[in-house]
Amino acid sequence: MIHFVLLISRQGKVRLTKWYSPYSQKERSKVIRELSGMIISRAPKQCNFVEWRGYKVVYKRYASLFFCMCIDQDDNELEVLEIIHHFVEILDRYFGSVCELDLIFNFHKAYYILDEILIAGELQESSKKTVARLIAAQAWNNFSLS
Amino acid sequence: MEQLKTIGRELAMGSQGGFGQSKEFLELVKSIGEARSKAEEDRIVLREIETLKRRIVEPDIAKRKMKEYIIRLLYVEMLGHDASFGYIHAVKMTHDDNLLSKRTGYLAVTLFLNDDHDLIILIVNTIQKDLKSDNYLVVCAALNAVCRLINEETIPAVLPSVVDLLAHPKDAVRKKAVMALHRFHHKSPYSVSHLIDNFRRKLCDNDPGVMGATLCPLFDLIAVDPTSYKDLVVSFVSILKQVAEHRLPKSYDYHQMPAPFIQTDKESQIKLLKILAVLGSGDKQASEHMYTVIGEIIRKGDSSSNIGNAILYECICCVSSIYPNVKLLEAAADVIARFLKSDSHNLKYMGIDALGRLIKISPHVAEQHQLAVIDCLEDPDDTLKRKTFELLYKMTKSSNVEVIVDRMIDYMISISDDHYKTYIASRCVELAEQFAPSNHWFIQTMNKVFEHAGDLVNIKVAHNLMRLIGEGFGEDAAAADSQLRSSAVESYLHIIGEPKLPSMFLQVICWVLGEYGTADGKYSASYITGKLCDIAEAYSNDETVKAYAISALTKIYAFEIAAGRKVDMLPECQSFVEELLASHSTDLQQRAYELQALIGLDARAVETIMPQDASCEDIEVDKNLAFLHGYVQQSLERGALPYIPEDERTGMVNVSNFRSQDQHESAQHGLRFEAYEVPKPPIPSKVAPVSLSSSTDLVPVPETLYSRETHQISSVRSSSEAGSSELKLKLDGVQKKWGKPTYSSSTSSSTNSTSQNPVNGVTQMDVAAAVNSRVRDNYDTREPRVEISPEKQKLAASLFGGSTKTEKRSSTSNKVPRASVSAPDRSQESKAAVALNEVAREKTNQSSPPPDLLDLDESTVTVVPASVDPFKQLEGLLDTSISSTTNHNSSGESNAPDIMTLYAETSASRESGSDGYSIPVIGDNVNLLSELSIAAVRGTTGETTVTPLSQSVKGPNAKDSLQRDAKVRQMGVTPTSQNPNLFSDLLG
Repeated sequence: MIHFVLLISRQGKVRLTKWYSPYSQKERSKVIRELSGMIISRAPKQCNFVEWRGYKVVYKRYASLFFCMCIDQDDNELEVLEIIHHFVEILDRYFGSVCELDLIFNFHKAYYILDEILIAGELQESSKKTVARLIAAQAWNNFSLS
Repeated sequence: MEQLKTIGRELAMGSQGGFGQSKEFLELVKSIGEARSKAEEDRIVLREIETLKRRIVEPDIAKRKMKEYIIRLLYVEMLGHDASFGYIHAVKMTHDDNLLSKRTGYLAVTLFLNDDHDLIILIVNTIQKDLKSDNYLVVCAALNAVCRLINEETIPAVLPSVVDLLAHPKDAVRKKAVMALHRFHHKSPYSVSHLIDNFRRKLCDNDPGVMGATLCPLFDLIAVDPTSYKDLVVSFVSILKQVAEHRLPKSYDYHQMPAPFIQTDKESQIKLLKILAVLGSGDKQASEHMYTVIGEIIRKGDSSSNIGNAILYECICCVSSIYPNVKLLEAAADVIARFLKSDSHNLKYMGIDALGRLIKISPHVAEQHQLAVIDCLEDPDDTLKRKTFELLYKMTKSSNVEVIVDRMIDYMISISDDHYKTYIASRCVELAEQFAPSNHWFIQTMNKVFEHAGDLVNIKVAHNLMRLIGEGFGEDAAAADSQLRSSAVESYLHIIGEPKLPSMFLQVICWVLGEYGTADGKYSASYITGKLCDIAEAYSNDETVKAYAISALTKIYAFEIAAGRKVDMLPECQSFVEELLASHSTDLQQRAYELQALIGLDARAVETIMPQDASCEDIEVDKNLAFLHGYVQQSLERGALPYIPEDERTGMVNVSNFRSQDQHESAQHGLRFEAYEVPKPPIPSKVAPVSLSSSTDLVPVPETLYSRETHQISSVRSSSEAGSSELKLKLDGVQKKWGKPTYSSSTSSSTNSTSQNPVNGVTQMDVAAAVNSRVRDNYDTREPRVEISPEKQKLAASLFGGSTKTEKRSSTSNKVPRASVSAPDRSQESKAAVALNEVAREKTNQSSPPPDLLDLDESTVTVVPASVDPFKQLEGLLDTSISSTTNHNSSGESNAPDIMTLYAETSASRESGSDGYSIPVIGDNVNLLSELSIAAVRGTTGETTVTPLSQSVKGPNAKDSLQRDAKVRQMGVTPTSQNPNLFSDLLG
């Protein structure tokens, strides 16, 4: 399963965090510090996986943002890489060529989208259309209610 | 330009009234974005927290405003600050009727709270209500929260509603409900154990997404207990087939839009393959169902896309886990080759990982990829490098252990990550203990590990090392023992000079110097004692080291006195002892006093107190105190009461005491502070689990203080034992290495050989090895160096070449005629080889013509294309052929000519194994035999002129071992060499 999702900027600033396993606030900052140090310094040609404390962290850089997901030892890294890409594509579709600023100012929306893709640390929906439909339904519902 | 875009976006953001972000919030985000230092950022956030604290408690806040506050809280929390003051407001917001507010509330609580937070109880009610809502979006939001927030205690409250939702008309809801149940299963397997049928039923859901989601809980269930799901194999295979062929159920049709949903397919394929891997592992029947579909997926595999490769990789994992199938293994090897040849580091990484999995089943696959693996090993990318070490670890055997461990140690020295350093150090130790070719090398290796990984190494390793040096080879190898010990002493005296040695290493050094420092008479007592005092002085704040040092001093003086020499203490020793006499530590003090007392005694007394080299002698403790029997008898006769054991004496009282204490404990459930001793499986009923389990566990233990202590001790001991097994210090393996030589073959332990034959004689085996090594050594010195290849090739040879070679064993006896002896050795080895190899051999036995041996050289290029595929003809023969070869082997043992044929065939077919199953050029029996004898004859004639023991030749020097290994490979009559001259040379 996926233990957490981190979005870190190239400067090491946190843009989004989602924890599927319990971590205390202290552990969280430690994890972020450790991983951002490790991942940001990696060369672009190196592989997108880092072994860390018995887990594997799969990351991918999109423009200035690093998308990282921490998975178990026996999970499929390439699949997770695909999930990351999937998330980015949906964000892109939702925001219309997404950029870091969109995520900075609308991070809660990114959370909603992530909640439709992952649930309890597992992929729940890999169809972009379905996710888009659900998000749209929510927006419509809001509109009609408020 | 960039700035303009930014401004544009911000404007758009600001005008976005619908989502109600105020100027304030935008300002906050912006100022944090512009903060130049962490301190500045913290200042801004703290100010924000103050503002929010004030604002959020104001009465009558508009909903929109409140929502924004909550989002601001989220932001603060995300930046790593504490926003707990606002949690309750987030909880309140979940009660709101407005979906938008409700969702914000749920989002906030899922991000703020862990499932053990006190506020959860306030949300459960809302969740219960929302799960029954008519609006499916509300249900979705609630289910999201359920997955995150519901803990073991609150599962029963929501479980019925969640189960009802499995039949919800919306697939999104069904999917989330399945995942929620999956989560429940994670948290408390018993809560959903009655729902397993629901999972099975959901497998047939007409929405592939729901089916895919169901695979998650099923995978977990199957991983725990594969046998009760064997019946599902056929359905899984058929689903996989449908998914792989994109044949989704016709009924599935989303909003009149035929849905290809390729993506969903791929993800479920991976999950399905994972499940099949578990179900098929070790189960031939189940595996047979899968062969076709897996083969099909691999064949159609799309290696251009990421997800396509993910599936291919998963196929390899599955193939390597289920009952082996030759065709699939071949296909998997092809995929691995593609991965490794790729430019992408990701694929290389996956390739190495897959290779590590496959190598367990067919050890020969690595050989095709020698250079690729070495490239990965030398890659600057740490991740790739570590993965490669993992692979090397899996393929280590006694022939390549030196190179691999040296590499590992070099890498260990170069990194600073403690976590991985510990890990790789334990790997080194494990390999060294299992495969060390010589004691000298072992000690050198351990020295290096201790020196660089230091205190990260498990203390057990140090104790093992000491024991190894102490026990030596056993009774009949005194010469080798003392050689080992003096080489250890030598190396330690050398190392002592280096600054900052880790404490654990110093303890080993002190112990060895104390026991054996003066044993061989090379160093005088005063020299060794001087060194020991230096250590104690240099590490004067480490009491353990000082204790070891003073004990070592005691021993050395005792040996001196026992030998009748006069002892004069060096002044620094004198002062050291005096210092310890006044030490605060009673332990050190006592040791010092003991030393002082000992020096005063005469030689005979000292000898009995401290006999030389007696660290391994068993000290017999008379637990029954038998020497007191007479006295007891006398007392009894005089009318004394007989002794009643302590637990019997107070037993009754204790049990009742204990009961009451137990009840007491269960009454204040949740306030137990001492740790539970043993992890127990979770208890199904929630009523009185604590008292039940703890009473069964603890009643036998009497209540008195003393016995409680022993109980603790024993539990500690057992836990430390568990620790050792975790580290896999394979002591039995070590004993085999250093004790009397016994039958053990590391290849047989690493591969899942199906045909072990215990008939093989121990002595025969050894002698054979001795012959082999003798011949080999002889060759090392005699043979001029012909091999001119780049360093990588050498490394490759030393890493991979050994894989088909016999185990090295040092033995000094040689009584049996040479030529006939090699056979048991070979057959031994062959038995260790995998079933597949056996099949190959059988095949070659039956049909292939015997071409000239010299042709072998031409087939030695690393990859030879298969001319004929023996397995195509051989499918189905697998089982019978294995058993028949076994018979063949055992019969061959009694029959010398048979042995020779077998030998010839074995070596030839092994050759074939290394070349990826091409039908090899089969060795002409007669030729091979004559060649062998020639080799043997040469061996005898050159014998006197060469250094006879392989031990002395083996150094830690990587280059030496590389060369040696390369030659050994040529010598082992498994001519995969790059040296075409060798055989003509051999044959004259």
